Amino acid sequence: MRVTYPHMGLISIAFHGLLRDLGLDVLPPPPITKKTINLGVLHSPEFACFPLKVNMGNFIESLELGADTIVMAGGSGPCRFGYYAEVQREILTDLGYKFKMIVLEPPQERAILLEKLKELGAKRSWPAILRTLQTTWRRIKALDEIHAQSLRIRPRELAKGSTTKAYEKALLPLAAACTPREVSQALRTARKILGGVPINTEKKVLRIGFVGEIYMLLEPYANLEVERLLGEMGVEVDRSIYMSHWIKDHLLLKSLGLAGNKPTKKAAAPYLNHFVGGHGWESVGDTVRYAQRGFDGVIHVLPFTCTPEIVAQSILPTVSREQGIPVLSFSLDEQSGEAGFQTRLEAFLDLLEQRKNRVKFVAP
Amino acid sequence: MGVRVGIPRALLYYHYYPGWEAFFRALGAEVVLSDETTKAILDRGVRDAVDEACLPVKLYLGHLANLRDKEVDYIFVPRIVSVERKRYLCPKFLGLPEIARFCVPGLPELLDIEINVYERYHKSKQSLEKLASLFGYSKQAGKLALQEAKVAQKAYEARLRQGYTPQDVFCGREKKENGRIKVAVLGHAYNLNDPYTSMGLLEKLREMGAEVITTEMMLPEEIKRGNDFLEKEIFWTFGKELLGAAFHLLDEGSIQGIVLVVSFGCGPDSLICELVERIYRREKTVPLLMLTLDEHTGQAGVITRLEAFMDMLRWREAI
Ligand code: SF4
Repeated sequence: MRVTYPHMGLISIAFHGLLRDLGLDVLPPPPITKKTINLGVLHSPEFACFPLKVNMGNFIESLELGADTIVMAGGSGPCRFGYYAEVQREILTDLGYKFKMIVLEPPQERAILLEKLKELGAKRSWPAILRTLQTTWRRIKALDEIHAQSLRIRPRELAKGSTTKAYEKALLPLAAACTPREVSQALRTARKILGGVPINTEKKVLRIGFVGEIYMLLEPYANLEVERLLGEMGVEVDRSIYMSHWIKDHLLLKSLGLAGNKPTKKAAAPYLNHFVGGHGWESVGDTVRYAQRGFDGVIHVLPFTCTPEIVAQSILPTVSREQGIPVLSFSLDEQSGEAGFQTRLEAFLDLLEQRKNRVKFVAP
Repeated sequence: MGVRVGIPRALLYYHYYPGWEAFFRALGAEVVLSDETTKAILDRGVRDAVDEACLPVKLYLGHLANLRDKEVDYIFVPRIVSVERKRYLCPKFLGLPEIARFCVPGLPELLDIEINVYERYHKSKQSLEKLASLFGYSKQAGKLALQEAKVAQKAYEARLRQGYTPQDVFCGREKKENGRIKVAVLGHAYNLNDPYTSMGLLEKLREMGAEVITTEMMLPEEIKRGNDFLEKEIFWTFGKELLGAAFHLLDEGSIQGIVLVVSFGCGPDSLICELVERIYRREKTVPLLMLTLDEHTGQAGVITRLEAFMDMLRWREAI
């Protein structure tokens, strides 16, 4: 059994670690390239959302390299994501691949989830599996922390690109660690590596909140590396969703019958007081919160035709006007070109700079 | 003079109008429908909606603007989250009151009660009964109105099962002689029945000699049977119905052809119709035609494709 999985930003590292530590033979999908996207697009329904297509590219590349088992996440709707795996399985079967697809179905059935993990790592004892889960949880938190730190440092770096280089180096020990203790040690090392990047602490930077659909937020290839681009243009980006928050809300709190993410929902209430699937509710609420926290602007990313985010998109212009925060919405898919993207970002930053200066004049 | 309640002739109008109408009538309200779709109504909706919204949502917004101009007191824009246990409607129905409010300027007050029976019935029933108090009626009167709505809705759905389309019922069309070729036409009722955006395709197919079958004409048991082929249950009601109908009819071998009608930008259909298409292509027994509707779809092109498709079905029958 050679197991593979889809990419999703740093989650890939955590997921790889989880499967490896369960004692499985893991075949990570090759890094996403133009070729991955082309393959995925070729074999996906034309109007499926972009993440489904990228997943397909990952799966095909891995199957070609000899993977025979795919681990994928499921869901109970109403967003399309919950039904991806079912469609992907049929397409890959029609393409003639022989494989098994194991679908982990959060959030409802935690017991079944554990059963499936057990099925995967059948040879491990329960205590060993639980320890692996603990390692994974710590690893996810550590990866999130390092990512957030890189976003704060990058706009202030003295040498362009030094943060990204250090960030990539910092991730290596986190990927390699195999026990909770090793993760903690790796985190200390990673912090030091990033902390060593020379920065200008005095520099005044723009602050932009980053909201939208979770895959587009987390997978740099899909969002055209907007966090890095903005950072190198001197902008401090604050990402609204991290995997560790998501797990806390959806797997831990929900299974205890508690509602997660209260502040965001409260902030959204005057505009949207109901879930709409995916992250539509969060996109609205987080935009309000960024305005309240005095951010200069918000960037909203969504896969082209994403249903929950279209609800958000319908509401955001009003939020932007009433809360006084500029919002730039990017709907992305295989056709989004980098050239136009860069230009729109630059124009947006110009606008934010102007507003900032104006505000300064008015308020002495 | 009763209160004037506007109902857009779009989206779930095709599923629930008889029930809604009976409900508001029983509460002494005057029900005002938006006009039949015209190019102007669609254009208006396209202008107000975000670019990426699906065609039916754009059209819905156009009908809201049309009702606003009719000076109604309220517009009924319910938030219909779920109409059966453990299944949802598409996310756009979950946020429909907000899409309406924030995209179409100057609307009157929206009656945006929530219908959600995902877990239990009780709350949705209560919110309907509460609506009665807004019209100055007691809770008891609300209960009665709900009863009347149920009766009207049941009668409507029974008519649909007899082989009538929603548009047949609304226009009081009697059934003509059945065509010889049985064709399933599957897609959202609001796409198939809107005379403008569907270009009257159900009627056209009948004129070309087809006996048209839609999901509404099928029995719940048949839909359920069709869904047994799936590994994982579908969590959208309309998706479940479409797939169930498609698989059941394929398995039963009772249709000569199938037409899938999807609207540009529809999220759920992008997956559901993909599955249907794959399974039909694997079996290779029933020809399938896929039609995508958007605001630029030309009538001529669609008719040509339908004609060619019907010709092909006829030849297959002949040999
Ligand atoms: S089901 Fe499809 S057509 Fe209907 S509202 Fe949702 S996206 Fe639009």
